Amino acid sequence: MFEYDFMVNAFAASGIVAVLAGIVGYFLVMRQQTFAGHALSHVGFTGATGAVLIGVSPLWGMIGFTLAAGVSMGALGERLAGRDVAIGIVLSLSLGCGLLFLHFFTAYATQVTALLFGNVLGVTNSTLVVLAGIGAASLIALGSIMRPLLFATLQPELAEAKGVPLRLVSMLFLAIAALAVAACTQIVGVLLVFTLMVGPAAAAQNLSTRLATGVGLAALFALAQAWLGVTLAFYTDWPTSFWITALSALVYGASLVRRR
Amino acid sequence: MNDESERSAPGSVTDSVDDPERRPALELDHVTLELAGRMILKDATLSIDEGEFIGVLGPNGAGKTTLMRAVLGLVPVAHGAIRIGGEHVARGNPSIGYMPQTRSALASRRVLGRDFVAMAADGHRWGLPIADAATREDVERVLDLVGARALAARPLSELSGGERQRLLLAQCLLGEPRLLLLDEPLISLDPHRQRIVVELVRRVQRELGITVLFSAHELNPLLNAIDRVLYLGNGAAALGKVDEVITRPVLSRLYGSPIDVMRVNGRIFVMSGDVEVEKHDHEHEHDDGATGHAHGHGRHGGGDSHGHGRSHGHGHTHDV
Repeated sequence: MFEYDFMVNAFAASGIVAVLAGIVGYFLVMRQQTFAGHALSHVGFTGATGAVLIGVSPLWGMIGFTLAAGVSMGALGERLAGRDVAIGIVLSLSLGCGLLFLHFFTAYATQVTALLFGNVLGVTNSTLVVLAGIGAASLIALGSIMRPLLFATLQPELAEAKGVPLRLVSMLFLAIAALAVAACTQIVGVLLVFTLMVGPAAAAQNLSTRLATGVGLAALFALAQAWLGVTLAFYTDWPTSFWITALSALVYGASLVRRR
Repeated sequence: MNDESERSAPGSVTDSVDDPERRPALELDHVTLELAGRMILKDATLSIDEGEFIGVLGPNGAGKTTLMRAVLGLVPVAHGAIRIGGEHVARGNPSIGYMPQTRSALASRRVLGRDFVAMAADGHRWGLPIADAATREDVERVLDLVGARALAARPLSELSGGERQRLLLAQCLLGEPRLLLLDEPLISLDPHRQRIVVELVRRVQRELGITVLFSAHELNPLLNAIDRVLYLGNGAAALGKVDEVITRPVLSRLYGSPIDVMRVNGRIFVMSGDVEVEKHDHEHEHDDGATGHAHGHGRHGGGDSHGHGRSHGHGHTHDV
């Protein structure tokens, strides 16, 4: 299957995104901010469709909107914690706005589907470069805040007393999460971001009590899901995103059994 | 990120014991504390000596936690000054060890005990969570101090409440703290484990010659360990020996309502009418179901089973 350029791109793009999503997702799950991650992807949908409307690349619209939303969520911090209703309303409003923008643009249904459910087989070389850049930037940023991030996640009161700037850490992390979400939507779409960001990370946390092992497993699971998903899609002609979600559920289910 | 040298150099402790002009470990100089527009402490002046074990008591909302957070520099002082070993309040002060009130969330964390303890040593520095040699050495030292080496090899989620408390105490001892602020370490522990924790803190405190502020809902578990008691209530603070503070006039002033003090078999019960007030407070803060503790709430018989309704009729000032 590697004789096709689009397959090579699909493997490269899904590989980059999976490793990024697995690692960032590990911390998202640990901080119990998975719903925030889900909301970020929906805000990204508005950004992507809005960008198309004004003639900008949807990927950049997606990145810009998720990043802005992530930083704002981090800045609101505690005040937003547990505000599931508020996040839920913003989330659906974002999808609604995205729909409106598409209406003006009178886009083809395929483009909508690609945004919502991903289109890994349509990744271009230029997108690949952007994804690689996002991946590298996010991981470097995450590595540089990882220690205070962990401390702030497990013991916020003590971390604050020791001088950790909780709000800054939270903003930086959600900015990183926003980039990972934007990258993720290129593979599995706005609606299925959970499958790469949450599934593998949650499974890894069920299986490991060590940070390095846990993060490594999360990246490995996500990578395995992505590549196996692309491969299965190639041979079955079923959608890649379906296969990735199926594998994600399988891995998570297996981790639950193993934990018992 | 900038205090590595101060924290990780063993033997750099100033020999304040030999200092002829020995400074108090903690001083409040006409301190007023406010939280969200509410007066927590008004014009309080007191001084705690180096090496004292202080029990911090008072009704819910009296400001035990707020006072600790003010000493840590997390709550601004409205008026007056707080000094720690003669120094002004500064966030991230390495001479203070702090144990926040435990949240049940920690009970579900699948993090190794040793990694958890190490977090408090270097968690304020940027970068990857890889402990350097000095940190690892310090972690082993504090684990030995509290006898938790074996616990450190297990994840938090597999430890009991008392065992987690031991690791939290180990965290406080990292570096060279001269003052420990322990916020309700006994909460959700059964009486047996409470005694173990108090004895452990007392032993470590004497070994290191440090000062401890230990807040609690109940005085009795602390009776044999503490040097003095700091009782907060009604915006006021009373510091002194148990016999000086736990009295009808002092507590009536702090609670803002008539209080009786009863002594039975070496135990002290603080009563408002026929309700034991400390017990009453305690039951309300008990929402930690995750640890599955077997707590003897009913120990004092059915006599106070109707107490809840009555206590409000007595015009208590503490907010439950």
